Amino acid sequence: MKTASTFRELTREPRVEVTLDGEKLCLPDGANLAAALLVAGVTTFRKTPVSDTPRGPFCMMGTCFDCLVEIDGVARQACMLNVRAGLAIIRLPDAQVPNAET
Amino acid sequence: MQKPDLVIVGAGPAGMAAANQAAELGLKVCILDEQSNPGGQIYRDVDRVAPIRGDALGADYTYGTRLTDKLHHANIVHMSGATVWAIEKGFCVSYTQNGRGAQIIADHILLATGALERPMPIPGWTLPGVMTAGAGQILLKQSGVVAQNAVLVGSGPLLYLIACQMLRAGSAPKALIETQTGADTRAALRHLPRALQGWPYLVKGLKMLAAIRRAGVPRYQGTASVSITGTDHVEAVHFMHKGRTKSISCDTVFMHHGVVPNTQAARSLGIAHHWHNAQQAFVPKLDEWGHSDFAGVFIAGDSAGIGGAKTAEAYGKLTALKIAEMTGRLTVGERDRKASPIQRSLSHELAARPFLDTAYPPFNAALTPSDNTLICRCEEVTAGDIRRYTKLGCTGPNQAKAFGRAGMGPCQGRYCGLTVTTLIAKETGQSPDTTGYYRIRPPLKPVTLGEIAAMDITTDESPQ
Ligand SMILES: Cc1cc2nc3c(=O)[nH]c(=O)nc-3n(C[C@H](O)[C@H](O)[C@H](O)COP(=O)(O)OP(=O)(O)OC[C@H]3O[C@@H](n4cnc5c(N)ncnc54)[C@H](O)[C@@H]3O)c2cc1C
Ligand code: FES
Repeated sequence: MKTASTFRELTREPRVEVTLDGEKLCLPDGANLAAALLVAGVTTFRKTPVSDTPRGPFCMMGTCFDCLVEIDGVARQACMLNVRAGLAIIRLPDAQVPNAET
Repeated sequence: MQKPDLVIVGAGPAGMAAANQAAELGLKVCILDEQSNPGGQIYRDVDRVAPIRGDALGADYTYGTRLTDKLHHANIVHMSGATVWAIEKGFCVSYTQNGRGAQIIADHILLATGALERPMPIPGWTLPGVMTAGAGQILLKQSGVVAQNAVLVGSGPLLYLIACQMLRAGSAPKALIETQTGADTRAALRHLPRALQGWPYLVKGLKMLAAIRRAGVPRYQGTASVSITGTDHVEAVHFMHKGRTKSISCDTVFMHHGVVPNTQAARSLGIAHHWHNAQQAFVPKLDEWGHSDFAGVFIAGDSAGIGGAKTAEAYGKLTALKIAEMTGRLTVGERDRKASPIQRSLSHELAARPFLDTAYPPFNAALTPSDNTLICRCEEVTAGDIRRYTKLGCTGPNQAKAFGRAGMGPCQGRYCGLTVTTLIAKETGQSPDTTGYYRIRPPLKPVTLGEIAAMDITTDESPQ
């Protein structure tokens, strides 16, 4: 899951502890969550419901939904959230990715 | 909150300029943006970021603080982190802020929701590690995060801008794989005389190209058959250049071949749109003041048609003048007197547009992708699927939904809509206007039941 990241932070910010699928991870406090996960070496944010293939952030502006993760039981766009201590991030089982219409 | 005269959706250059102009003329303005700080895409988070990374991002970025400063006005309420998910007749604007739903009522609405990256469906574009160039910029602007082993793919000045911003941040891109051709450059030359009126843009462009050359970043122009491969993550980009196949390994791909208007909110109100051939996108039908065919709804900035940040600012101001006149704050004469210097500045701003649009057209192979290429990222529908539906009698995007769910995923067609229209139009021989676009229904962004339950319904506080 965690590999050496290919993204670099220009300035290193103080870290806080969060969990990703139950595993501890230290991310910069207050940072954009999607950016922080990329810097931490996380590349797959979810799998697609149709073919179970991996996806990661694509637009970083809240329009593509490829960065969806589950927080407090709700599917949220990681690129529209900020890191705070204690955040429990769960990578969604593919079937729970919401649809606009059914 | 007191009922505002004007509700603006989007605090980019268009929305911010409109808010200030309207407030100066005595209108009460409420401006909502889902971002936690004002600035829009170009000036994203500029108040916080300009002091720390202003140098790498450049003067065209830090200029944004001049606009954000002007939001501090007694007549302006700026609601940050407020995602608008429905606009209904009346006008009632529903939004979510801090996990709570709320509504606000106003007689005039300005949609200044900006642009989206033009979808660039090429093989492999859904792999993790493939992002839009705009996403690369957002990472750098907002988060100070830069990709270290990245390749830039596509065409247009924004590609050169991010290359230069990456250079200044100390992470040169590995290569620029550009899709515009020599023929495009030659075709653009006839627009050069007009473009010279907007010469500062051309000078900036030449400076960016010089910086890229000095840094030794290879540029491959006129490339074709571009594809991306990798198993769980991008590993390489492949392309044809001067008759030869080339591959470049990388960890990140930033792709860009123009931006297109974000029309979701306007579409949800049923506002008429038409196909803009030069921009290869739908734009809303508006009068010279940005007024739509839905009385009381105005649109300005890139969501009204792509013109860039300065144009967005100018149109935002013009819209505010018109609304001030409609609400009795200005006479028609006063409105026109204030508008005329802005209108003159617009012709300079737009001078370089035809040159740039012709020199950097969208990548043709991504407008009508090969059969196996995924075009709907959410529901994983391919270009071949759409062609097949058309052969079975599908004549428009809404029918395509019934055939195979394209456009029915969480992005609501934002990244497949234009491709679906183009593919169907090509197959049927109909125009894009006849082919049409997805019907967009609220919610524009997913809302949870909890957010609706926590809704604080503002009643109309009109004065007795
Ligand atoms: C990712 C990206 C990066 C770009 N970077 C540059 C650049 O560096 N230089 C450049 O010259 N041009 C850039 N552009 C082009 C850009 O569109 C224009 O230059 C300029 O930002 C347009 O201004 P605007 O006011 O029309 O819209 P924007 O600046 O895009 O502002 C629109 C605002 O509306 C908000 N919004 C949209 N929908 C909703 C909703 N439902 N609820 C609440 N808020 C909403 C968004 O959060 C955003 O802040 C970029 C475009 C994109 C898409
Ligand atoms: S990366 Fe596209 S919505 Fe978050």
